[in-house]
Amino acid sequence: MAKHATPLLDQLETGPWPSFVSDIKREAESRAKNEKGVEFQVPADACEDILGVLELSFKHGRTHWKHGGIVGVFGYGGGVIGRYCDQPEMFPGVAHFHTLRVNQPGGKFYNTEYLRQLCDLWEFRGSGITNMHGSTGDIIFLGTSTPQLEEIFFELTHTHNQDLGGSGSNLRTPSDCIGQARCEYACYDTQALCFAMTNEYQDELHRPAFPYKFKFKFDGCPNCCVASIARADMSFIGTWRDEIRIDQQAVKAYIGQELKPNAGAHAGRDWGPFDIEKEVIGLCPTKCMWMEGGKLMIDNKECVRCMHCINVMPRALRIGNDRGLSILVGAKAPILDGAQMGSLLVPFMKAEDPYDEIKEIIEKIWDWWMEEGKNRERLGELIKRQGFQKLLEVTELEPDPRMVKEPRSNPYIFWKEEEVEGGWQRDVNEFRKYHQR
Amino acid sequence: MAFVSSGYDPKQPMKDRITDIGPRNYEEFYPPVIKENKGKWLYHEILEPGVLVHVSETGDEVYTVRVGGARLMSVSHIREICEIADKYCGGYVRWTTRNNVEFMVDSKDKVEPLKKDLLSRKQPGGCFKFPIGGTGAGVTNIIHTQGWIHCHTPATDASGPVKATMDVLFEEFTHMRLPAQLRVSLACCLNMCGAVHCSDIAILGYHRKPPMLDHEYLDKMCEIPLAIAACPTAAIKPSKVTLPDGKEVKSVAVNQERCMFCGNCYTMCPAMPLADDVGDGIVLMAGGKVSNRITSPKFSKVVVAFLPNEAPRWPQTTSTIKKIVDAYAKGANKYERLGEWAERIGWERFFERCDLPFTHHLIDDFRDPAYYTWRQTTKFKF
Repeated sequence: MAKHATPLLDQLETGPWPSFVSDIKREAESRAKNEKGVEFQVPADACEDILGVLELSFKHGRTHWKHGGIVGVFGYGGGVIGRYCDQPEMFPGVAHFHTLRVNQPGGKFYNTEYLRQLCDLWEFRGSGITNMHGSTGDIIFLGTSTPQLEEIFFELTHTHNQDLGGSGSNLRTPSDCIGQARCEYACYDTQALCFAMTNEYQDELHRPAFPYKFKFKFDGCPNCCVASIARADMSFIGTWRDEIRIDQQAVKAYIGQELKPNAGAHAGRDWGPFDIEKEVIGLCPTKCMWMEGGKLMIDNKECVRCMHCINVMPRALRIGNDRGLSILVGAKAPILDGAQMGSLLVPFMKAEDPYDEIKEIIEKIWDWWMEEGKNRERLGELIKRQGFQKLLEVTELEPDPRMVKEPRSNPYIFWKEEEVEGGWQRDVNEFRKYHQR
Repeated sequence: MAFVSSGYDPKQPMKDRITDIGPRNYEEFYPPVIKENKGKWLYHEILEPGVLVHVSETGDEVYTVRVGGARLMSVSHIREICEIADKYCGGYVRWTTRNNVEFMVDSKDKVEPLKKDLLSRKQPGGCFKFPIGGTGAGVTNIIHTQGWIHCHTPATDASGPVKATMDVLFEEFTHMRLPAQLRVSLACCLNMCGAVHCSDIAILGYHRKPPMLDHEYLDKMCEIPLAIAACPTAAIKPSKVTLPDGKEVKSVAVNQERCMFCGNCYTMCPAMPLADDVGDGIVLMAGGKVSNRITSPKFSKVVVAFLPNEAPRWPQTTSTIKKIVDAYAKGANKYERLGEWAERIGWERFFERCDLPFTHHLIDDFRDPAYYTWRQTTKFKF
């Protein structure tokens, strides 16, 4: 018999898609039975109370969670989000229900031994409910009490060799795409770079010293599977600067309908026979491809590496050999001053261990942002407020037409005094010798 | 429920303390076929919805079966995933950026038994535990935020509308018959933890009533300057208020016409709640993308200004989404993303094809970018 009646939530237990309600009920049941004799450190009926409080929200159309107050583990300013229920008498099992962010492994690969260790820990010291994964990428442990925080952290670090992720005004847990681990499009080792930067900047990740949050995301190619260009203050997107490698035999096989276009992604509908002119050459954004004597030709100098032709014919076309990454800066969601997409700052940089060039750019940007950024001002907003020129100045990068879509259409140029011959100090009396008042 | 110590001594927090060790090294968790072929992959193919093969220059192959799932996941469910991974995948498994789970095997003959097992596992109400799909030109899992399960500022739930929407779009998850991939995302307030603003379809929770002011408690519960500074439109100013009992207290005043309902003040000051059963609901946005393929990444645009919160299944939201997806499926060219289709036919035509009303709320009036969204040409369609 369930602790709380949940007639509204129960309606989410049908239909084909996995039901989170059924899953929480399963966990509630498992805790009630407690076949393994776990000495639960948060109330055994926490999952019943989660369902109860959620049912109440479904009824009221409003949340019943309060913002957290300051909770955390000693010496860290992030990784724990405080959370309290606003109906603690009705739902004592979730009266204190804090979140821990656990820094996920690169590519979100796991072995089951490790996953089970995390499950055991979270069943013992928390609600048993997780997010796999949070929006930024962390493993999210959803719901524990204040006294458990240090205990969980102690076990994570001592037994599981595992640290917390970021929250608050600090470096948020960096995340990466699957990259070279299982993708032929990856132009650099996203997992290696993500891991290196996460470890290099542990202090920034755990101890908030920034004006606001700061995100790194690592995409292996311009398909941008981790959406870095939309949501990372610094996005690292793989690219190349030489020629797309062509296998003309495979091109013929695509034309001859022997290979499925787009790696079979459109197989569920009859789109007619594959037409290379219409589907590849005609859709190329710079029209830099053509057929000549039965061969596919590419004017690589004009290619902007949008990935379309490679996506359509992965067995015929491959990324170039001279690979690296582009760095874009300033992406963010709408709060506070409207959404921003990342803007191109570094067109090309090699991504090779120990990544000194990359670190240099990161640190120059941080120095500027920490000095000039206002409270809760994201990097993108600072760039807008002080100008792209200022960004170039602090990063000591040379202006490059690749950084803009088009040059400015107003002539309101803020010339600097040192740029103007003779400077700005002039003698008005000398001027008046030739120009009457 | 006796307290069990981990070994941590609260009197000596620094004793044997381990910090700043970061995540586990990814290399520990690569299945052997991944470890041996990293950086050597030649090409991939989607063999059927939810099943991929990647072929290495060494001749090795890895077969991946992708399954959807709720992001909200119990440890019992994760243990079941482990059991499957042990049985078929040598004890390895991974998650995708969009909350799918991927089971990988190193030969083709291992795929069918794995698939059969995955599809046989159902929840008590008949829902699949591990629906296979989410690849290619279809709908994949909805990335989303916490909603009413755990957040303090949501304007809608997350897991509820996601479950309801995926039930409605399920056929598109298990098929690859759309013109291109269609990414649906949900954020339960405009702070957008989920960064949904570049999705083909974004479901966004939105408040529509300015904060209430709990004057008697405001100065006790909040740092007033922080609440004032939190407002992106500078709508909050300090004020002195006389309570019914004649006592004068420090509080704030809100210029309600300037409020854009973001809830940042509430984050700073719990005495300024803004949640409301009628005021809160859902905004639908459409036409965004993050890929650089053919056209540049795009923001999603607001196409429905408000739909009410209708727990438990949000029928108006899901039917409107279905309408948009159907119109797109019917009208777009092969490879064309939803936003590319809308731009090709023109947004005026988009509203016609999707049978959506166009209201004044959809015309941008927020700061500079607004002007660039108005039409500065005589070219339009009747």
